[in-house]
Amino acid sequence: MFTEIMPEAVLETAEKYSANGAHPLTAMFGRDETESGAGYAIYCCFEFPEKKDIDGFKMVFDPKGSLEYDSITHVVPGAAWYEREIRDMFGLVPKGHPDLRPLVLHEGFPENFYPLRKNVSVNAKVQGDRKYKMRTAKGEGLFEVPVGPIHAGIIEPGHFRFSQAGEAMLQLDAKLFYTHRGIEKAVEGKTPYEALPIIERICGACSIANTWSFCQGAEKIAGVLVPRRAEIIRTLLMELERITNHVGDLGNIPAGVGFNPAISLGGRLKEKMMRLCEAVAGNRFLRGFIVPGGVRQDITEELAEHIHEVLDDVADGVEDLSVMFAEQENFQNRIQTTGIVRNRTAVDLAMVGVGARASGFAHDSRSDFDYGVYSELNFKPFTKSMGDVAARILVRIGELSASFEMVDSLLEMLNGCPNDDLVADMKYGAGEGWGISESARGSNFHYLVLDDAGKIDRLFVRSASYPNWPALTVAVQGDIIPDFPLINKSFELCYACIDR
Amino acid sequence: MFKVLERIFRDRLATGKISLAGSDRFRGPIEGSTSSEILARCAASCPVAAFDVKGEDYTIDYKKCIFCGRCVEACAQKAVEESREDGLHHKHEDAMPYLIEAGQEVLQDVLREKLGRSLHVRHLDAGSCNACDFEMGATGNPYYDLSRYGVHFVASPRHADLLMVTGVVTRNLEQALKMSYDAMPEPRLVMACGACAAGGETYGDTYAIVGAADKVVPVDLYVPGCPPRPSAMIVGLLAAADMLKKKL
Repeated sequence: MFTEIMPEAVLETAEKYSANGAHPLTAMFGRDETESGAGYAIYCCFEFPEKKDIDGFKMVFDPKGSLEYDSITHVVPGAAWYEREIRDMFGLVPKGHPDLRPLVLHEGFPENFYPLRKNVSVNAKVQGDRKYKMRTAKGEGLFEVPVGPIHAGIIEPGHFRFSQAGEAMLQLDAKLFYTHRGIEKAVEGKTPYEALPIIERICGACSIANTWSFCQGAEKIAGVLVPRRAEIIRTLLMELERITNHVGDLGNIPAGVGFNPAISLGGRLKEKMMRLCEAVAGNRFLRGFIVPGGVRQDITEELAEHIHEVLDDVADGVEDLSVMFAEQENFQNRIQTTGIVRNRTAVDLAMVGVGARASGFAHDSRSDFDYGVYSELNFKPFTKSMGDVAARILVRIGELSASFEMVDSLLEMLNGCPNDDLVADMKYGAGEGWGISESARGSNFHYLVLDDAGKIDRLFVRSASYPNWPALTVAVQGDIIPDFPLINKSFELCYACIDR
Repeated sequence: MFKVLERIFRDRLATGKISLAGSDRFRGPIEGSTSSEILARCAASCPVAAFDVKGEDYTIDYKKCIFCGRCVEACAQKAVEESREDGLHHKHEDAMPYLIEAGQEVLQDVLREKLGRSLHVRHLDAGSCNACDFEMGATGNPYYDLSRYGVHFVASPRHADLLMVTGVVTRNLEQALKMSYDAMPEPRLVMACGACAAGGETYGDTYAIVGAADKVVPVDLYVPGCPPRPSAMIVGLLAAADMLKKKL
């Protein structure tokens, strides 16, 4: 489906597809095709919202030729992390890349160990001592603040190195991928159904998004149409996951400044949503519901009634929470003009989700692509232009009211939809397919390749937090270090999702 | 300000008794019986090799179990074909996942009666999917109010009685886990919280994974679940206080 090019043509081809950011970079990932006599390849995918499609090119390396290519980070800045990851995983080297430190594999791994190459076994046990140097600013009076990977609170692991001029953060370097579990390698050789429990556990916060994107890829390869009722239910689950996360974030952001009544109310609302999720799916993270071809449970009338009840209550709480935020002047004082991401930065880094939309970049897979039943819901992205913590809060509040309305419509749609068909039969052959869905964090993209036996040859997972993490390090510059928890929480980026 | 006051006034106390019951669809521990052929199918459907069959008997390793429901589903499909009445199902009432190898009776006032002081806990994410971490955070929300039991999360392992490990230990975090354990004062306890830390089979064995927490540090108690519900974590913490008393 993608145009094949040689490495020599990569710069001009990337520039053509990107059109100066008009077509955001979705992802770049490597693939090893040496077993079939070909070489390595790099896929480079761009979004074309005007045709609701993803298009791009496949850079094919000569099996006997060089494994170097020209880095495209200079023309497509969002490519920086992807190119580092591809080098870690496949040993394909981007010439002229501004930062060629490892990304995924830390000090415990040796140099020249490329785990996603086919000649490396899934459980290869290697020891090494590669170097990982943190980036810091130097100068008279400057000092460093190292934080993590084990933090003071109950959060995921990452190491942050702040370069400080007094209270002001001059530079932040983030070392992530601590929870790298090798998931893309772990699922190779499994059927999509066998891999599903692992896909659901890439990330807790984005269970539905990851599962849905993955299943879309599998369904495209199988050429199967998902039954309508299952499509409606999937869309409903996605909105429930978004409401749960957004409500949780609204209760968590005030924790960055110790605004206790809001933390408490947010905590109550999130718990109500978690209990609703358990009633719906049998699991508080909505696991075990979506399967390739459809869904494996139904939303009964009784459940629909319960969903209505809980959401009315939660919607009322969200409204009060937003009034609390607006009325509390010292809270507004902390969140306005804090942690700004400019629109140009958002576009250049191909940001997604709340982070993008709070900077005036109307990027939303629900309107950019055609999946689920979003096209019938008159969905429009909700944006703000300031790009600060306040804007990210307001975007969440705006999206919540849209989601509450959508859930009402979806339950209405279920009402008149026959419930005898929830899952289509899946028969796989060799093929490639992508899937996309808008998680609470932003667009979630999977690329799946199956072999002749219908087993996974390659899975690439790009969750929403991946393109947004580099933006966080830009957003904090110039703000004071006590604002970091606030700024960090306003993005609420997953670690598990990006680390895989 | 008025909204804050109004809401505080309107919202009654949310904190309730810790309930071990789940909703109707909740996938808790597995019970029931069926034929040995069907049990063999159940075992084959388990993605984490937690289902072990010997004839008509079966055991489930709840350290590993991710409560995905595939064994129950496989059993139900076959039972329909053979029009059998019996079969496996999930318990959803009294769905407290077992505290493996720490089978004490857990009393809610164990802290006051036995330990006589508060319990200090350090969380360590050794490679989780963040679901366990979110649930651990939820133990502090107004519904569960973990503080009422005198259990506190502390910022450093040097201040902790208990290390609460979530996630399968990754290569990138092995050193952090070892160092955190070494930094703790004696007597110390380690809880493996959730299927990854307790069983280590969730993702299989890969180049990036070391395994369950007990491959790296000694583990005193295991709390199953994927993730364990906040109520299960709280019961685990109370059991830990009980165990700490015995070590003091």
